[in-house]
Amino acid sequence: MFGNTRKARVGAFAALAVSVALVATGCAETGDDSGSGDAGSGDANYAITFLPKNLGNAYFDTSDAGGADAIKEFGGTYAEVGPAESGPDAQVSFINTLTQQGVGGIVVSANDPQAICDALNEARDAGTKVVTFDSDTNPECRDLFINQATAEGIAKVEVDLIAEQIGGAGKIAILSSTPNATNQNAWIEIMKTYLASDYPDIELVDTVYGTDDDQASFDKTAALLQTNPDLKGIISPTTVGITAAARYLSTSEFKGKIALTGLGTPNQMRDYVTDGTVTAFALWNPADLGYLAAYAAKALIDGDITGAEGDTFDGGKLGSFTVGENGSVLLGDPFTFDKGNIGDFDF
Amino acid sequence: MTNFLQALAPATRTYRDHSQPLWRRILLSREAAVIGAVLLVIIVASVSVRAFGKPITATYLLLDIAPILLIALPMTLIIITGEIDLSVASIVGLSSVTLGVLHSNGMPIEAAAVVALIVGAIAGALNGFLITIVGLPSLAVTIGTLALYRGLAVGLLGTKAVTEFSEFWTSLAKSKIGASAIPSVVIPIVILAVIFGVLLHLTPFGRGVYAIGLSAEAARFSGIHVERTKFTLFMLSGLVSALAGIYYTLRFSSARGDNATGLELSVIAAVLLGGVSIFGGRGSTLGPIAGAALIGVLASALRLANVTSDVINIITGTLLVASVVATSFLAWLHTKRIRPGKKTETLVAAKG
Repeated sequence: MFGNTRKARVGAFAALAVSVALVATGCAETGDDSGSGDAGSGDANYAITFLPKNLGNAYFDTSDAGGADAIKEFGGTYAEVGPAESGPDAQVSFINTLTQQGVGGIVVSANDPQAICDALNEARDAGTKVVTFDSDTNPECRDLFINQATAEGIAKVEVDLIAEQIGGAGKIAILSSTPNATNQNAWIEIMKTYLASDYPDIELVDTVYGTDDDQASFDKTAALLQTNPDLKGIISPTTVGITAAARYLSTSEFKGKIALTGLGTPNQMRDYVTDGTVTAFALWNPADLGYLAAYAAKALIDGDITGAEGDTFDGGKLGSFTVGENGSVLLGDPFTFDKGNIGDFDF
Repeated sequence: MTNFLQALAPATRTYRDHSQPLWRRILLSREAAVIGAVLLVIIVASVSVRAFGKPITATYLLLDIAPILLIALPMTLIIITGEIDLSVASIVGLSSVTLGVLHSNGMPIEAAAVVALIVGAIAGALNGFLITIVGLPSLAVTIGTLALYRGLAVGLLGTKAVTEFSEFWTSLAKSKIGASAIPSVVIPIVILAVIFGVLLHLTPFGRGVYAIGLSAEAARFSGIHVERTKFTLFMLSGLVSALAGIYYTLRFSSARGDNATGLELSVIAAVLLGGVSIFGGRGSTLGPIAGAALIGVLASALRLANVTSDVINIITGTLLVASVVATSFLAWLHTKRIRPGKKTETLVAAKG
């Protein structure tokens, strides 16, 4: 059966090696077909790649789709790459890859403000324009930051909403994402200051972290209500957190008794707004955010702007935008969703 | 088929056939196959993947796999003794946080790095103590310390990340050797690889490592210090993991408790892909180095070809399973060869 084993052995090794090669070539071909950024085709290099915190996240699916729309409008090449999980250094190898490919622009939401810095600067040294959106890096590592809303605006709208819902007095808690999240930590700091100055009767008793994981956020909500039986409201400034908290509340005795607000997306929150678990919540439109980030990358690639304060660029259907302090561009004011208007949105 | 399944059991082992000439033994070895696969992927990717052929690819690739290469060295020896260390990535995190916390409190980076190395060695020694003196299985112990060390790391630094490291050290971690594309971190890796290679292949200690993997009982009766050997290996593993943690921190200029989460699986994958038997007793230092290179080169080429990270994981996983199955399959072929003819004939006769 296996008379000449030596040959069979060599054959087995060869089969292993060939299968590896086949896999590599097969995938390489698909890569060529989909056409990554080609730097040398005369015109401006509109190959713009979106690098979200991680793939398979509904929020980034929406924002990146907005970016894809914008890139289609001005005739560029859209691509999206990203790690499966959002570790601090997980984006570095993807940024390095984009540097090697020589894309025109990278639009990235940073998992860590420092860890991806050097990789981004290497990309910029190679001529790639870097726009951050959603979560910024340190300002010296990118050309522009597209800010979804000012931290003050977000913190204020969430505190105002919870105050209105609990009648301006009582104990509240915060269900955040990861302990290191740049955005959430900044918002929480401002919330504390704003609560102290404008709502002295509201007491923030606890801040817990659901690590942007649905089950962990669900469990943290349950634990929060158990340890604080006299809690009146929860602010969850993360879309994963507010959805998990709403799911817990809607099936518990606390439904309608504990106020819940924060940042959520209309599609995820629709059921809970309809059934009365949640009265109102806030957010910006992530599709607009991705759209504006793509136009900002285009303006940088065209050389119309350098990212200096006072630069003005065209944001497509969103109008004209001006670069503010520290190279950041503000999308606009947060938007409040409630029973009356949630039907108008689909993202 | 029964024969094949029997061959999968740990009892069956193969040895290099010393009746063959040396060049043939080397060419037919598992290491040669993995190195061949690496070269093949490099050649194919250079031709078919745009931008892969540039020197910068080698720079990024080596920077990426450096921690895997480092930790794979002691891991190889541990797996050859039939044990495993799952806590390595958590020790990387613990060492990173130790360095960060001490440095941010004013300790010079060199001194903080020494303390981080000591912490790593202590963490490894605790693993070794629980495994050799208390006598618990390494799988259970290191699953426990995986959680313990990670918890300590995240707990120590809390919600912060330490990012203030001097430019000198962070750029040293990313520097290249002269004008070449090879990062300087390759130098300590090569030195350590030679040390571990000599230790495993050319010393009585190394022969003891193999003997323990083949049969701890027999090794003990031949006068090998089984416990002392294992304890030393786990401590070395902790020390090298801490070194990887220092590199990791400086490369990303960021000390965080969750640094290198999940790295232990990449390390073990590289070691197994490199032909080290998970049952112990078989393997070399060169194999896992080639295994790490294969995983790294494949991932790099596939990313450049715009393949998503999920698909890259699927391919790496499939390759690992295929390599393990291939090992057992070859072992089966080998047993057929040692006992030629007869068994097959009787089997055929029985069937007929």
